[in-house]
Amino acid sequence: MIKAIINFVIYPGLLFTGGIGLFLTWIDRKVTARIQWRVGPPIYQPYADFIKLLLKETFVPKGASKVAFLLAPFLGLIGVNVVSTMLFLMNFHPDLSFVGDIIVIIYLLALPPLSVIIGGASARNPLSSVGASREMTLFFGYELPFLIAVAIAVIKTGSLKIGEIIIHQKLYGPLLYSFSGVIAGLVFLIVTQAKLTFVPFDIPEAEQEIMAGPYLEYSGVALAIFKLTRAMLFFVLPVFLITILWGGMASPWSIVKFLVIVVLIVLIKNTNPRLRIDQALKFFWIGLGILSLIGLILALVGL
Amino acid sequence: MRRVVPIGPYHPLQEEPEFFKLIVEGEKVVGLEINIGYNHRGHEFISQRKTFDQVTFLVERICGICSDSHPFAYVNAVEDLAGIEIPERAKYIRTIVGELERIHSHFLWVGLAGHFIGYNTVWMWVWRYREPLLDLCELICGNRNHYAINKIGGVRRDIRKEDYPAIERVLNELEEKTLMFTNAILDDPVIRARLEGVGILTREQAIAYSVVGPTARGSGVAIDVRKDDPYAAYDLVPWDIIVFDEGDVLAKAKVRLLECLESIKIIRGCLEKMTEGEIEVRVDEIPRGEGIGRHEAPRGEVFHYVRSDGGKSPVRHKVRAPSYNNIPSNEVAVVGYSIADAALVLAAVDPCYCCTERTVIIQDGKVIGGGKELLERSWAKTRMLRERYRR
Repeated sequence: MIKAIINFVIYPGLLFTGGIGLFLTWIDRKVTARIQWRVGPPIYQPYADFIKLLLKETFVPKGASKVAFLLAPFLGLIGVNVVSTMLFLMNFHPDLSFVGDIIVIIYLLALPPLSVIIGGASARNPLSSVGASREMTLFFGYELPFLIAVAIAVIKTGSLKIGEIIIHQKLYGPLLYSFSGVIAGLVFLIVTQAKLTFVPFDIPEAEQEIMAGPYLEYSGVALAIFKLTRAMLFFVLPVFLITILWGGMASPWSIVKFLVIVVLIVLIKNTNPRLRIDQALKFFWIGLGILSLIGLILALVGL
Repeated sequence: MRRVVPIGPYHPLQEEPEFFKLIVEGEKVVGLEINIGYNHRGHEFISQRKTFDQVTFLVERICGICSDSHPFAYVNAVEDLAGIEIPERAKYIRTIVGELERIHSHFLWVGLAGHFIGYNTVWMWVWRYREPLLDLCELICGNRNHYAINKIGGVRRDIRKEDYPAIERVLNELEEKTLMFTNAILDDPVIRARLEGVGILTREQAIAYSVVGPTARGSGVAIDVRKDDPYAAYDLVPWDIIVFDEGDVLAKAKVRLLECLESIKIIRGCLEKMTEGEIEVRVDEIPRGEGIGRHEAPRGEVFHYVRSDGGKSPVRHKVRAPSYNNIPSNEVAVVGYSIADAALVLAAVDPCYCCTERTVIIQDGKVIGGGKELLERSWAKTRMLRERYRR
């Protein structure tokens, strides 16, 4: 019992994931700054920002649904926290895996966008609700290619257990080094961009259009939790990608793989303008949808 | 269901006081109400209390970006009033500074347009390459902005011979970068997807709303004061008007980018043809009369009207800035597109609020006061203060 609590709160849960996630946001900001000929913030900046937000007043707008407004950020945090704990433990102890855990993770990863939708819709601000509706549209857009990308890994390994997927990759080499694996990896990477709501998919919070959208009315602790959730997602999604497609996190090489994925995400973020929501939906359903279906067919014929 | 999405008076889109009331159905914009008048500085009134020479430097403060356009139009007006013919070298120098300003203003817009579609890398890169240009302005005029180059009867400073190579160098670099950005923007499929066919202002609408500058030229209306009514050295050097017929945001972007190249051409022509000589004529007094001055600012035609009664300061000075014509055209350009497009379309006319702001007090849709009432209130307050301090 105590071990489980330590797992969830300290390692590899909240404290560990949050700490690394905030560090990743520093990498993001620093790399972005260097690309844009700026200097960028010092390494402690994300932590200082987070602590400062915790100390600020949490303001609930008049007429907002208080319970939903304040609980929403924690919903997302719990989702990401459980996913990161599960993923990390299973990477190092594949025997802890259970049948269908990959499905549980997919469902838990739907919690952060859900929390943003609840939070935005309960804020009673026209811009927040526009942001919430955009988040919902985006979620419906990227979820299908995401599911197919995960399904490719499941079909290739013939298992619904993350532990077995990792062992399969240890025996036969990472899935990424096959045709369907490359397609799954590409689709997963682009969906990651959307799940993190980074440019070109930062549509729900487009600063110039709807002023941060769902986050507009948030302040203080609630905003800090949202930021932490986003930072942890930034850590968890690349880990999930490496776990199911690129050989797992257990070897020291995985750190290099991880950083490659993070830098790729930051580069995509900095070399694209923001899409419109209808363009994004079309891109996910037609572009990525067809691409992932091709990958699925390739996986079924064993390529 | 109709809702109102407010853009302004304080909004991260444009950090200036403006209020666009977007009436939306879902994501689609069905109407737009434009409300300006958050910022009144009374320039025309102040200029009636300054001497003719001082006003040149006062109107420079109307706008930070077109800080050469307003004095340019003003000195044109006063010279028209007094019938002054300025020396040829002064004409060239005015033209050079005017075109340098156009390039830096267009670069500023391209960067901001990148920012508005969430492409911050373009923003930072364009502004980085704009920086040598501002340094060049400082070299020539002594200031990055607020050049103070114009004066009635000529220019205040000569461009020294030893600065020519520096100008050439900066121009060469700018030409290269402008071409780089033009190609990058036209080749990027995602940028095209965001700009092409968005915010279309047809030729008829452009004429009906009397838009000016790149906004008009992007809609196929070939108006440019520099060609239509040449002044300074614009008829002495070769250059072309850039016109595109599409009327969308992409056309406006293309107009601005290609105009930068034309400006570089103009400056090169000026440097080539410029001969040594006087840079100003002595102006002792401004006679009674009225004069009109026009200048093609980066955003379109700036118009200044000056009336003199033979005294030391203008008795009437009227300023009309281009954004005042361009902003109302958003009413038609933005309807039918999504909120995401609206942010871009509203910015596509390159609005300049410090030029545009007029004070009109509106309550429940009715005008209840304007600049005159505000002045009266201001005088009343001054009188009240005086009385209070006399006691």
